[in-house]
Amino acid sequence: MAFDKMELRDIEVWDGNHAAAQALRQCQVDVVSAYPITPSTPIVEGYAKFKSDNYVEGEFVMVESEHAAMSGCIGAAAAGGRVATATSSQGLALMVETLYQAAGMRLPIILNIVNRALAAPLNVNGDHSDMYLCRDSGWIQFDAFSPQEAYDLNMIAFKVSEDHDVRMPAIINQDGFLTSHTAQGVHTLTDDEAFNFVGTFKPMNDMLDFEHPVTHGVQTEEDWHFEHKARQHNDMMTIIPNKIDQAFADFETLSGRKYNKVECYDMEDADLAIVCMGTSVETVREVVSELREKGLKVGVIGLRVVRPFPFFEIAEALKNIKAVAALDRSAPGGAAGMLFNEIAGSLYNTDSKMLLSGYIYGLGGRDLTKTNIVDLYNELQANADAGKVLTKQQQFIGVRGPKLAYL
Amino acid sequence: MSEIKKIKNLKEFSTSADRFEGANLLCPGCAHSIIVREILNATNDDLVLSASTGCLEVCTAVYPYTSWDASWIHIGFENCSTAIAGAEAMYKSLKNKGRLKQPDRNPKFIAFGGDGASYDIGLQWISGCMERNHDMMYVVLDNEVYANTGGQRSSSTPIGSSATTSPAGSISYGEKMNKKDLMGIMGAHNIPYAAQVAPNKWKDLVKKVQRGFATEGAVFINAVSPCTTEWKFDPKDTMMLSDLSTDSLVFPLYEIIEGREINITYRPKNVVPVEEYLAAQGRFKHLFKDQYKHLIGEWQTRVDENWAYLNRREEARV
Ligand SMILES: Cc1ncc(C[n+]2csc(CCOP(=O)(O)OP(=O)(O)O)c2C)c(N)n1
Ligand code: SF4
Ligand SMILES: [Mg+2]
Repeated sequence: MAFDKMELRDIEVWDGNHAAAQALRQCQVDVVSAYPITPSTPIVEGYAKFKSDNYVEGEFVMVESEHAAMSGCIGAAAAGGRVATATSSQGLALMVETLYQAAGMRLPIILNIVNRALAAPLNVNGDHSDMYLCRDSGWIQFDAFSPQEAYDLNMIAFKVSEDHDVRMPAIINQDGFLTSHTAQGVHTLTDDEAFNFVGTFKPMNDMLDFEHPVTHGVQTEEDWHFEHKARQHNDMMTIIPNKIDQAFADFETLSGRKYNKVECYDMEDADLAIVCMGTSVETVREVVSELREKGLKVGVIGLRVVRPFPFFEIAEALKNIKAVAALDRSAPGGAAGMLFNEIAGSLYNTDSKMLLSGYIYGLGGRDLTKTNIVDLYNELQANADAGKVLTKQQQFIGVRGPKLAYL
Repeated sequence: MSEIKKIKNLKEFSTSADRFEGANLLCPGCAHSIIVREILNATNDDLVLSASTGCLEVCTAVYPYTSWDASWIHIGFENCSTAIAGAEAMYKSLKNKGRLKQPDRNPKFIAFGGDGASYDIGLQWISGCMERNHDMMYVVLDNEVYANTGGQRSSSTPIGSSATTSPAGSISYGEKMNKKDLMGIMGAHNIPYAAQVAPNKWKDLVKKVQRGFATEGAVFINAVSPCTTEWKFDPKDTMMLSDLSTDSLVFPLYEIIEGREINITYRPKNVVPVEEYLAAQGRFKHLFKDQYKHLIGEWQTRVDENWAYLNRREEARV
């Protein structure tokens, strides 16, 4: 039975979950193998409903755990077709073993992570600890700041991930609730436009080609493991960044919407900058616009691509900045935040004299208010004026009790 | 529907096209390889295979070599079932969408897991695959121990066996728990077909496996796999041990159809005392000390009772 296409308005009012589910439908995924968890559940439910209403021709496998969801995705991807799933938080944690396996086996799989805190204590709200949990897993990681971007980045992710020179699984992050459950206007592509952008899946080393049997998931020890992993990293550092740029360019041609690995806002002449991810980027942009009206030279960078980390783009964007704050929305567990570390690594051997400070914020869904952000820019201004970081290098924003500051 | 391969005799069977090569690193006398070959040789259809982490996997796909002349995948210890279920789902999807490269084939989807992978860590994954009734066959290579990692107990390890995590000693006779009834658990899933097989009874095995291949939906096969290293017997005696396990009724051969109908498929003419089965293996050596000798009698009683129970279920069709 042929499946039905869906007529969409140019602008639909969708939350991030629905936007992602629609993108999966339009990309005509061959196998979705999934398991529900708040706040990503509506992606799975939405897709199930599309299937029940004949908008999806592929297989939809409702498995019994997130580990099985990704195991099924791996088997399906190795068989040779387009594969996707979605999860959050504890589900991602249960999946972690298979994330490394999927990346090591170079299988193009698309995973929507609706970011949520990791227990304990149990919490369903958004932070980035699940995103950080798999940051070294070898997956490409995109970050969407809004439902529109969750929609667009799914298509871009398929395009990059399935490229035969790439063959790496890809994650699209979006903030739990703030993006996933907040309806906004989303500019749509028609079903045909969307599918033509990603194209029909082109198999490679597919198990279902019986004339060319393949072995997936071999054993390597000290003799080959290192070369394999080094090759994977090399591709992440050299081939994949260009492929991402190309996909962004192609998508702009199609939709008029332009994406960059590093999304700069009012950065051209800025002295002070915040680097952050998720919905916080939009909040900080608002504050930046307000402070600009008062004549402050402030800007904000939203990190669009978390892995491969855009070291050069970050260094370029920050090269004339006097003071910058890295905002990490994950408990650092006895270290500096990931963004702090990567930004420091981007600039360390450059001529930049930038003063870097790190802030931990928003854990378990705690709000980042505009007042918090204004305070933060004030601290950066003071650092810039003094020519040194006047506070401790690591501070916590918005946590009750005595002020927490380290390093 | 594919044709069922005709197999006339053992000679022809054992020399038919090999999609699992003899070039592998399994121990000489390892029953895993015998069982895998018997199963693969039971069909001429295309194969999509998976294996869980364990002896079979680490000994057959060591980069840059492979012993598999058929598509094969390994992910981890617990998920070879879902790996093959995912591949089967993709097959269905591409078939439905008209994108199969060779649409005229009838591939068989088979997952091979050890008892550790099946009775223990992967039970949930298997349960999910069986419940969803994927068109696949799940095969347990049941050597009653974590062989690959050096002989730790699994929930298939029988009572009185000395395993490295339940070693026999001056105050312990070794493993304290009875072997888990995985066939019973699979039967309770009401899947189309579940069967217990042994490599020595190859005709029985082929018949069951071919029935499994002809079945649409989930099939579960539990194969006893004598392990020379962990059961501690001479590699030349693998078939003898397999005979002892079936003929002592320690490992009865039967099938469960749709979770309802039980058929015993092998009734030994001369039932061998369990003591002979135990005596042939180093893992039970300590049971023959005065201190633990009473356990041999208990073993016999347990096997007799299980056999009687199986017979009652066959008769009652439950
Ligand atoms: C998640 C996980 N836990 C533990 C292991 C270690 N491990 C690998 S194989 C194995 C035992 C395999 O036993 P079994 O499934 O019975 O297969 P056999 O080697 O006996 O054929 C263990 C414990 C692992 N690879 N992965
Ligand atoms: S240890 Fe046992 S199961 Fe493993 S290869 Fe050797 S005989 Fe086979
Ligand atoms: Mg075992």
